[in-house]
Amino acid sequence: MASARSTAKLVSAEVTTFAITMLGLLLVTFLIGRVIPIDPVLAVVGDRAPPDVYDKARIALGLDKPLWQQFLTYLGQVARGEFGTSVMTSNPVILDIKRVFPATLELATLGTLIGVSLGIPLGVAAAVYKGRWPDNLVRILGLFGYSIPVFWLGLMGLLLFYAHLGWVGGPGRVSVAFDDLVTTKTGVLILDAILEGEWEVARDAFSHLILPASVLGFFSLAYISRMTRSFMINELSQAYILTARVKGASETRVIWRHALRNAAAPLATVIALSYAGLLEGSVLTETIFAWPGLGRYITASLLQADMNAVLGGTVVVGVVFISLNLFADIMARVFDPRTR
Amino acid sequence: MRAATSQSWRDWLLSEAPQSRAQARAGQAYRRWRGFTENWLGVVGLVIVLTLIGMAIFAPWIAPYDPLAQNLSQRLQPVSWQHWCGTDSLGRDIFSRIVYGSRVTLLIVGLVVVTVGPLGLILGCVAGYYGGAVDRILMRVTDIVLAFPKLILALAFVAALGPGLENAIIAIAITSWPPYARVARTETMVIRNSDYIAAAKLQGASSLRIIMLHVVPLCVPSVIVRSTLDMAGVILTAAGLGFLGLGAQPPTPEWGAMIAAGREQIFDQWWVATFPGLAICIVALGFNLLGDGVRDALDAR
Repeated sequence: MASARSTAKLVSAEVTTFAITMLGLLLVTFLIGRVIPIDPVLAVVGDRAPPDVYDKARIALGLDKPLWQQFLTYLGQVARGEFGTSVMTSNPVILDIKRVFPATLELATLGTLIGVSLGIPLGVAAAVYKGRWPDNLVRILGLFGYSIPVFWLGLMGLLLFYAHLGWVGGPGRVSVAFDDLVTTKTGVLILDAILEGEWEVARDAFSHLILPASVLGFFSLAYISRMTRSFMINELSQAYILTARVKGASETRVIWRHALRNAAAPLATVIALSYAGLLEGSVLTETIFAWPGLGRYITASLLQADMNAVLGGTVVVGVVFISLNLFADIMARVFDPRTR
Repeated sequence: MRAATSQSWRDWLLSEAPQSRAQARAGQAYRRWRGFTENWLGVVGLVIVLTLIGMAIFAPWIAPYDPLAQNLSQRLQPVSWQHWCGTDSLGRDIFSRIVYGSRVTLLIVGLVVVTVGPLGLILGCVAGYYGGAVDRILMRVTDIVLAFPKLILALAFVAALGPGLENAIIAIAITSWPPYARVARTETMVIRNSDYIAAAKLQGASSLRIIMLHVVPLCVPSVIVRSTLDMAGVILTAAGLGFLGLGAQPPTPEWGAMIAAGREQIFDQWWVATFPGLAICIVALGFNLLGDGVRDALDAR
């Protein structure tokens, strides 16, 4: 089948791009690791080490080799998940990341769900009622989404919904009283609590999750509704829509079954990109909400000048980010022949 | 009398048969200006941006207090006629700090745009003009940088180089040039096939001369539009770095760092973090509105 072959070809081209992009990212993190003003050898042997100890440590760390060899070594280490030891927690960085990553995933996933479930209907409404209030609402949301600092919105949300109205839980993933009540299985606290039948804990965890997820969801919503609007306006102006209407299809059917289905492929791309954006946005959001995820791990390590942890975290976020980009591209190309 | 003069000025500007090159240019600029002012949101954006610039220039006359003067007997004062936005934990007047902070914001935006704009412009024009392998390599690099998570990479850069305003600006610049290169490349690919480029080639102009004198100037408007739209993003990234303590260092009144300083008192003294954030929102909104307006005005030619 020719189409299967061309799909395979497209996918392999995308994977090549992915590999090159990853190499680029790792080259950058590698170079960042080399320009830090802290001498890695001194960090190991201490300031007062005699010259021969210093030289031995330098050779042991492989710092006497040419830069490209060091880079190859670095690639091997990354492939094996060796990011060194964190100064802050004195654990291997990869273990730390495994521990904190589910919290970030939880946050970004709920944020995206909020963005998708509100953003797509809103975008469709804006396209159908072009120039009327849903359209203006989407435009205003879009403007605010590009103008409000995420960390400030988080602070204002805490001030209003936590301190004044008391609708949601405060910073942290769960109230102190419920700390460590549930054993970690999936790492996603709500799931773990439900699995153990601890409904109280699950409810408390949800009340802590909903505000940061809504803050992230707002940015996702602003982006997704804006893109849905423009895809839908494009689809609704096509000839096949006229055909469907002439054939007597109801307006609901025309909008949801015909137009939205054709807009689905580019929308999948947008959703993947927004998800990647939220993973990045979580760095600032987690700092505000004391959310024990990857973002806060990176920022906390920054303040301690813990470069192993910072670079390890950067690589992990980068890998996920670039993978989502790749996934989005493949989705768009495989499911929408027009982009080929 | 005055009405008559302004009438004749308009006739001169809108003349169908301009007498000189200057008149034609002025006329075109005037038409674009009229197109721009038809969009009131764009004008609001322009007013916000001009206010920001005015605030930065006249900061010593606008700010009622010294932005760095600590007054511990006046710490954490609420909003009042003496202190329009209250005072922070060191007794500094927040309104004065916001006014002086406009200088920091403008400095960041200005430096990022003057480094990133020309860099992206030249890379894009070179890639678009030569095509072939040069284009492929340059665009590959562009795509790679475009696929990076910008904020995280900027964080890592600043962490490595050490916190500070200059390093924050460098980090933002390094991660934000690719869109400019793309815009310039697309424009160049259209321009390079036009007759006047062929004419310049026949006259024996070197590639360097053609790119710098005949291609680059024509790409400038789209790069300007792009950078106006980008400025809000630059402001938000810079504020984020400042918030994390990686941008401007204390006691510099930088808006993101001011929000960070007010974070601990957010539940008791809400004004400390709220007003700098409002300033960021308004300015970012202003640049977004202005960018949209400029884009619409230039696209409608």
